[in-house]
Amino acid sequence: MRVPPKYTQAAAVAVLGLATLFTLAILVFIIVFVLNKGLPVVSLAFLFSHPEDMGRAGGILPTLIGTLALPLLAIAIALPLGAGTAVYLSEYTEETRLTRAIRFGTDCLAGIPSIIFGLFGFIFFVTLLQMGWCLLSGGLTLALMVLPTIIRTSEEAIRAVPRSYREVSFSLGATRWQTVCRVVLPNALPGIVTGVMLSIGRSIGETAAVIFTAGSSLRLPQSLFDSVRTMSVHFYILAREGISNENAYGTAAVLIIAVLLVNSLSYWLMHRFLAGRA
Amino acid sequence: MRLGGEKTVRAILLAMALSAVGSLLLIAVFIFKEGVPFILRVGPRVFLFSAAWDPGTGRFGIYPMIVASVWVTLGAMLVGAPLGIAGAIFLTEFVPRTVLRVVKPTIELLAGIPSVVYGFIGVMVLAPWIRTQWGGPGLSLLAGALILGVMILPTVISISVDAINSVPRSYHEGALALGATRWQSMHMVVLKAARSGIVASVILAMGRAIGETMAVIMVAGNAVKLPHSPLDSVRTLTANIALEMGYATGLHRQALFATGVVLFLIIMLLNATAMAVMKQRARGA
Repeated sequence: MRVPPKYTQAAAVAVLGLATLFTLAILVFIIVFVLNKGLPVVSLAFLFSHPEDMGRAGGILPTLIGTLALPLLAIAIALPLGAGTAVYLSEYTEETRLTRAIRFGTDCLAGIPSIIFGLFGFIFFVTLLQMGWCLLSGGLTLALMVLPTIIRTSEEAIRAVPRSYREVSFSLGATRWQTVCRVVLPNALPGIVTGVMLSIGRSIGETAAVIFTAGSSLRLPQSLFDSVRTMSVHFYILAREGISNENAYGTAAVLIIAVLLVNSLSYWLMHRFLAGRA
Repeated sequence: MRLGGEKTVRAILLAMALSAVGSLLLIAVFIFKEGVPFILRVGPRVFLFSAAWDPGTGRFGIYPMIVASVWVTLGAMLVGAPLGIAGAIFLTEFVPRTVLRVVKPTIELLAGIPSVVYGFIGVMVLAPWIRTQWGGPGLSLLAGALILGVMILPTVISISVDAINSVPRSYHEGALALGATRWQSMHMVVLKAARSGIVASVILAMGRAIGETMAVIMVAGNAVKLPHSPLDSVRTLTANIALEMGYATGLHRQALFATGVVLFLIIMLLNATAMAVMKQRARGA
């Protein structure tokens, strides 16, 4: 007996729809669960006071500072490198074996898991260069991690700048570099910023690569060579060592809100950028 | 003068462009330099296929971790791949475009939830549930597989949606014109054309799952032993590195880097496969 196609279609749609709903439900559940348990703990005092007794009591101020400082440092290192790479690939060269190697290397770097970055940062920056667990070791490690994202988004943004803009600039007698600085980069800026925001979002949530390079000191960092603890690391330590579930939920809530805010901002930017192009 | 400046700029930009490849090489060199001599010293067969891991007495076999990583990853694919692909098909074909435009970014947004948060949910919700439903310690291979399965959903959905969307609209319309229903056209025509992109999404997700560390440490239990059931506590390759890195010295530390070498090679193999599959699509289209 043959089932009419009409019915198989209805069945397929039902199954697929249920699967999609299920997926969305899980993801929404995670956010609601954490916010529900964590938000009651969060207050101005929680955000801006020092932790006491390993985080059992008190707030999360130093980890908030760490979470701000580390991604910003990573961006400060990765953005010039990434944007420079993108400019080189799109403005200064044709497709050659070298550019293919650069793209291949970028793709490979993007696929490396964070624990490997952690291992590398630990053996190279912390141990070999004797920088120790510090803001700078962590920032450099994170910079390598987000480099592929910055390269890709910047290159896409630069390539999206219409050819005619460049031609006008050249016809006015501008050099290639002048054209890049005054015409191409300003027009590609929103796209590049999107990549930066995505990278910040990823850095905020990162734990494995950070804990082995930036350490987990709860003191406020005074210089680039002081150890810091980010919110992700703090949350991990609170939860894993059973120090305080309550404060763990609170930290997780702040963490999730921070990541969602940064990511939404980057999508909003990208959307505006694409809308402006069309 | 001006031309000279342009040359300098070009040279500086080229140096920057080599940063990504350079870092990749640097990472590979340092991980291998620490790990490979150790593997040769212990013997690859002992290191890879001995089930005894006891750094205190100098026994370094990572077989249980390899088995655990493979099972946790396969379990995650079993959960994440069907759900993710189903979601991608549904969102591209059976809902209005505007819904896709809202739901896809939302799902990608959720890819940003830090892995420690997934892990924590696993500990607080999933593990107790597994313990009461099926027994065992709760923190288990099953818990790890389920949490990873959820974590890879955004990757699978996002890349699969792109793959399905890149199939020319005319294929679909042609099938509809021949009297096929939307579902028939989808699974007989569109999915066949989008196959390589979907396969690539699954392979990339596999790489993500096998490389994931923090969530797995929190939910999988971390016992070094060969699992006999999904309810057993297991330790993955990544967990092995992260758990012992804090205090390991000497040979023990080298053993962890050697674990990193194995992980690195597995990931590179998976990524190269995904890239090859994608390239095949580019050539086929």
